[in-house]
Amino acid sequence: MNEFFTLMKSELVVTIILFLLLFIKIGKGMSNERLLVFIQVLLLINFIAGFVANEEGSLFGGLYYTGEMIVLQKNILNLGVLLISLLFADWFIKSSHLPEFFILMLSSLLGMFFLLSSGNLLMFYLSLELASIPVAAMANFDLQKRTSSEAAMKMILTSAFSSGILLFGISLVYGATGTISFEALPALLSAAPLQVMAFIFLFAAFAFKLSIVPFHLWTADVYQGSPTATTAFLSVISKGAFAFVFVTVLYKVFQPLHSVWYNLIMLLSIVTMIVGNLFALRQQNIKRFLAFSSIAQVGFILVGISSNTAEGTASVVYFILIYIFSNLAAFGVVGLIASQANRESINDYRGLYQTNKFLSWMIALALFSLAGIPPTAGFFGKLFLIKAGASQANYFYIIIAAVNLVVSLYYYLKIIRAIFMEPNEQPIAAIRVSFSVKLGLVICAAGIILTGLIGWIYDYIQLLG
Amino acid sequence: MITPGLYHILFISTALFFIGMYGFFARKNLITMLMSIELILNSVNLNFIAFNKYLWPGRLDGVFFTIFIIAIAAAEAAVAIAIIINLYRSHKSIDVEQTEEMKY
Repeated sequence: MNEFFTLMKSELVVTIILFLLLFIKIGKGMSNERLLVFIQVLLLINFIAGFVANEEGSLFGGLYYTGEMIVLQKNILNLGVLLISLLFADWFIKSSHLPEFFILMLSSLLGMFFLLSSGNLLMFYLSLELASIPVAAMANFDLQKRTSSEAAMKMILTSAFSSGILLFGISLVYGATGTISFEALPALLSAAPLQVMAFIFLFAAFAFKLSIVPFHLWTADVYQGSPTATTAFLSVISKGAFAFVFVTVLYKVFQPLHSVWYNLIMLLSIVTMIVGNLFALRQQNIKRFLAFSSIAQVGFILVGISSNTAEGTASVVYFILIYIFSNLAAFGVVGLIASQANRESINDYRGLYQTNKFLSWMIALALFSLAGIPPTAGFFGKLFLIKAGASQANYFYIIIAAVNLVVSLYYYLKIIRAIFMEPNEQPIAAIRVSFSVKLGLVICAAGIILTGLIGWIYDYIQLLG
Repeated sequence: MITPGLYHILFISTALFFIGMYGFFARKNLITMLMSIELILNSVNLNFIAFNKYLWPGRLDGVFFTIFIIAIAAAEAAVAIAIIINLYRSHKSIDVEQTEEMKY
């Protein structure tokens, strides 16, 4: 009984917060400002609770297992959710359904926790649905906006379709091996044709969730249409969780099919990087631009995944940690400007530096980190990903990744040039940055700079991997 | 008279899967697209039941999986229909061709 509480601690804390929020919703109304502070404190407690009394073990006959690495991944996701609650304070306070938004977000987070801990394909499927269905409702949160309902429709249809494909793959795995347990599967898998087909179906479902290129078409529309807080959650937390579990499933369960998935990943990652970069070049809307840039980033994550070593796991986890800081800082600034000045076009960002010095520096730092320019952590993240990918000695592939890295500099710097150098007769008026947003941005900036410079963070992650 | 075996059921379920897939790509009405997804999910249910009965009769994973799929499909359809109703309020139509404000 005691084991149940210590091992499932992260999930239990999130569940308790969920219940608290439901009761607040039922009870008499609290003003949005007070409620938001209350939620931020709860999420801070949730984040701190992630560090105490962690143990390794499994529950429910192997349906659920946890270990130090999984706890670390959950903590990273917790940090992301805490930062979202700080960064989008402006939008949250204006929103008329604040508790519901957090209820949906935390349900999705709970699903991701179970996803990371799942030890069985049934558990995996259930938690995947719990992680993705609430996000579609979150995408529809700007109820009066036409684009928001369009985004939600695209999100729910693609996620339902991708889970249908996933299930077909799982049913074939079950037919070919007779088991759905992660522990028993590797011994029963060989590269038999039926198993390869089943694996390709599973891979396609993951590709939908991670927006790897032939399956990326929903990404830009959903990112542009949904409220910025949802976009940030989708592009950072959701993507991070799926990348983590993708690594675990590939390395642990589908290890016998390594030769199949190595080629698949190499091919798709090259296409993903190239298409993400090329489409990012021509975007006019900043959220759409960040969507394509995040597609290109997934291409780089795949380079790290392709390594098939413990270093691959470590580099992916490290990169996601940095990615959370840098992408959330970018989305934080974009969301603040969208909620106060209602402007999202890249042309509107010209001359931002004249009126908003703090926000300009923050978004510049975030974009430098996304582009991978040395003093920021983004450089180290990409360096380790490419270094891990190089362990397979496929240098042609690594060179293509490096070339794409250089190409991506162009469009990130184009935005920085627009902000700092281009004149604009009607720049965005000075924007009031509240304490909570400022705190969130400063934490992100500190993360962007320090995660790269403090060496033991990567050493620690590598130790766990 | 032929007694139906595993292959007959697999044939039907695979056909159902691809009919669902075709419907999802070809239809323009959102409710019909949702129905196509239900076809896909039901083909998976058939697969699980058939594999459980013919290949692995001792292990009940397949049957349990089917029950969970039915439950989750209902949840998914509920959220999807709520979203479609909201889309109808703003667009006055549930045709996918009308929802094209965001492109490329």
